[in-house]
Amino acid sequence: MNNRPSDFRVSRQTWHFPNDVRILSTATAVGPKEGEGPLGALFDKVYDDMYAGQDSWENAERQLLEDAVNLALKKANVTGQEIDVFFAGDLLNQNITTNFTAEKVSIPLMGMYGACSTSMLTLANAAAQVNSGYANKALAACSSHNATAERQYRYPTEYGGQKPPSAQWTVTGAGAAVVGTGGSGPRITYATIGKVVDMGIKDPFDMGSAMAPAAASTLQAHFSDTGRSPNDYDLIVTGDLAAVGFPILKDLMKTDGYDMDRVYNDCGLMVYSADQDVFAGGSGCASSAVVTYSYLVDQVKRGQLKKVLVCATGALLSPVSYQQGNSIPCIAHAVAIEGGGS
Amino acid sequence: MATKAKSNGSNQMTKQLYKQQAAKYQPKRNVLLNSIRAFWVGGSICLLGQAIQNIYINFFGFTEKTASNPTVATLIFLSVLLTGLGVYDNIGQYAGAGSAVPVTGFANSIASAAIEHRSEGFVLGVGGNMFKLAGSVIVFGVVAAFIAGIIKTVWKMIV
Repeated sequence: MNNRPSDFRVSRQTWHFPNDVRILSTATAVGPKEGEGPLGALFDKVYDDMYAGQDSWENAERQLLEDAVNLALKKANVTGQEIDVFFAGDLLNQNITTNFTAEKVSIPLMGMYGACSTSMLTLANAAAQVNSGYANKALAACSSHNATAERQYRYPTEYGGQKPPSAQWTVTGAGAAVVGTGGSGPRITYATIGKVVDMGIKDPFDMGSAMAPAAASTLQAHFSDTGRSPNDYDLIVTGDLAAVGFPILKDLMKTDGYDMDRVYNDCGLMVYSADQDVFAGGSGCASSAVVTYSYLVDQVKRGQLKKVLVCATGALLSPVSYQQGNSIPCIAHAVAIEGGGS
Repeated sequence: MATKAKSNGSNQMTKQLYKQQAAKYQPKRNVLLNSIRAFWVGGSICLLGQAIQNIYINFFGFTEKTASNPTVATLIFLSVLLTGLGVYDNIGQYAGAGSAVPVTGFANSIASAAIEHRSEGFVLGVGGNMFKLAGSVIVFGVVAAFIAGIIKTVWKMIV
């Protein structure tokens, strides 16, 4: 390692990874609705059944995460034994999908919960461990499943309650990335860890409004810490702000002097097409994971995009917290992914 | 780079102000359209109920009073069937209160919870969770009936 730890810390929130930290491989596994979406052809595995051949929704989610992990390992041409640490999380109580998957692959686990921000929380930590030398190779992964999330956070899947247009559709899928050094894959250069922001939004069917200020906080910290501006990136995506949070974030950023119009998109809007009946758009850990680990990484590898910033957004509510009248605390974590150079 | 206070303007924005700003982008519910949908779907379910009741009266020898039990049972059966086939939640998204208020909505809330928790076993899963949503309807229905009964009894004693 040529760089000293003093090069790593940019600020309390932002980490720099100067030691050639790269994404060695990525893989995604999704459900039928995601397969029919505009990115369908880019996913590694598409199940045409929400059960993914299993007997319960929870087992189906586990299957998706296992598939993503195994495919990522296979694409990187490594076995689980060569991976030093596994960062993963999901939306279910006690991170149960992650725990069962980690048992199968037998890699030392650091389970994480960041709601839908887990994709970049795990990737940032994997990059940090590889950069600092605690791990030679690390694996980052997360998953969500529409039906398991509905059961946990809302109502039974077949319950005929009406949802408002600001509601979002939890993405069924899982994404995994093997992080290491060397090669010619996309580099992970910076990560900005978010602070919890709560602007008093209480409606669990309007998470876009709740999460937008958290995304703005993290993005502003990232730009101010790195000295970069939105136009230094070819594309900036948020995880799952969807149709409601997307314009709010643009507004918040503009108020603070950052014009995002040219480069900004949202994974929750990219993963489905407008005619797929998903209310305001996609949500869930898998929203940012399956878009980043398929389309974005592909584009960076091909040189179509040179610098990408992924800002995964999470609503840290629990069914108990909102029923007790609490507002929704939110968080966002950003990771900069850049192409080029070996 | 230093970590001195950043210009996090939007975070210093008060919660009240943010709510107002966010409200501009929150899609409005179309109350009129939703009401029309609820009216015609809810009305159709009631019309179907009436037709079923007439069938029981005219062809199976029930009276107007005794026909209500088999009528409700038939509607519940249809609702549970549609729930099991994965159709009722789509109707619910379209019709809102129109499909939630009639007895079919009540049946849907029980059947959907039973299906959902089947994977946790029959006793603790299905049995323990079936009335998760319907339970409050029963509780407050019984309480309301009790209060109405008391009012009626007291009224009769006075008048």
